[in-house]
Amino acid sequence: MEAIAAFLDMDGYAGYVWPAYAVAAAVLAALAVLSVRRLRRNQRDVAVLEADRPRRRRPRCADEGASEGDGEA
Amino acid sequence: MLRRPWRNRSDRAVSSLHRFANPGRFRRSSAALLPWCAGGAAAALGVGLYFALFSSPPDYQQGQSVRIMYVHVPAAWMALMVYAAMAAASAAGLIWRHPLAHVAARAAAPVGAAFTFVCLATGALWGKPMWGAWWVWDARLTSVLILFFLYLGYIALANAFDDPVRGERAAALLALVGFVNVPIVKFSVDWWSTLHQPASVARIGPPAIDASMLAPLLLMAAGFALFFVSILLVRVRSELLARRLRALRLARARAAPGA
Repeated sequence: MEAIAAFLDMDGYAGYVWPAYAVAAAVLAALAVLSVRRLRRNQRDVAVLEADRPRRRRPRCADEGASEGDGEA
Repeated sequence: MLRRPWRNRSDRAVSSLHRFANPGRFRRSSAALLPWCAGGAAAALGVGLYFALFSSPPDYQQGQSVRIMYVHVPAAWMALMVYAAMAAASAAGLIWRHPLAHVAARAAAPVGAAFTFVCLATGALWGKPMWGAWWVWDARLTSVLILFFLYLGYIALANAFDDPVRGERAAALLALVGFVNVPIVKFSVDWWSTLHQPASVARIGPPAIDASMLAPLLLMAAGFALFFVSILLVRVRSELLARRLRALRLARARAAPGA
């Protein structure tokens, strides 16, 4: 118990060390969460619109498709 | 008769990079790569944090506050590296018109800004106990603050135009012009008399840091770097999907006017 308290105290520097790690963790976690959330939202929206589209064979160029072939040259 | 579309090695290198401009191929490649990068990041950060917080010694002068170094320095390294990557991607977009170049630069910018912010914040938290000041206007700190503003300026400029192509081009020019700041940041501690200490790792000669401290530092740096690659892959895929979304919506609006 004392060892844990000593570790957390960081020889008196606790007020600087732990906020530093907290800021780093928070910023990187927020970046990851927001990026993945946006990706999932875009994947969902694209899937909705592509399901809605009339099924037509079209030459595919510079667009990304989930199911209709994969743009192999 | 088939002829190769390239005449020399530079053309061939450019052509091979252009293969990944195909969104389908990029999507498959990034989907294969992402788990390794993310897993590698988690492993490097996990082991790095163990060494940084538990299994490395306190500094003979700075005591336990030296542990801030294990987040501050990797963040600083990434802040510079991401800007260099952003500038390189901007150059590739402007010179070779690689379709993914600007996408990659725009995806990288917020990540670089985040690393720069972490560097500044953890630096202030380290400076207060060590120097007695949250902030000084010395060359290193000021040039990193300018780096942060350059990131924010890039993001703002890229989003400021109705025509995204013009926005990308303007932002790419800003990234290239601002690249002069990167060597300024790096050599600021040599060129000016700064409160910030000189380089201990990336210097001429052997590292001026003990191996027991260098190991967690490099592990955390590797973790941050793999984290950056992972987030970059996610964001580029996201942006490619967003472009597809815009194209689909445009096609819909044209097909059914007034619907």
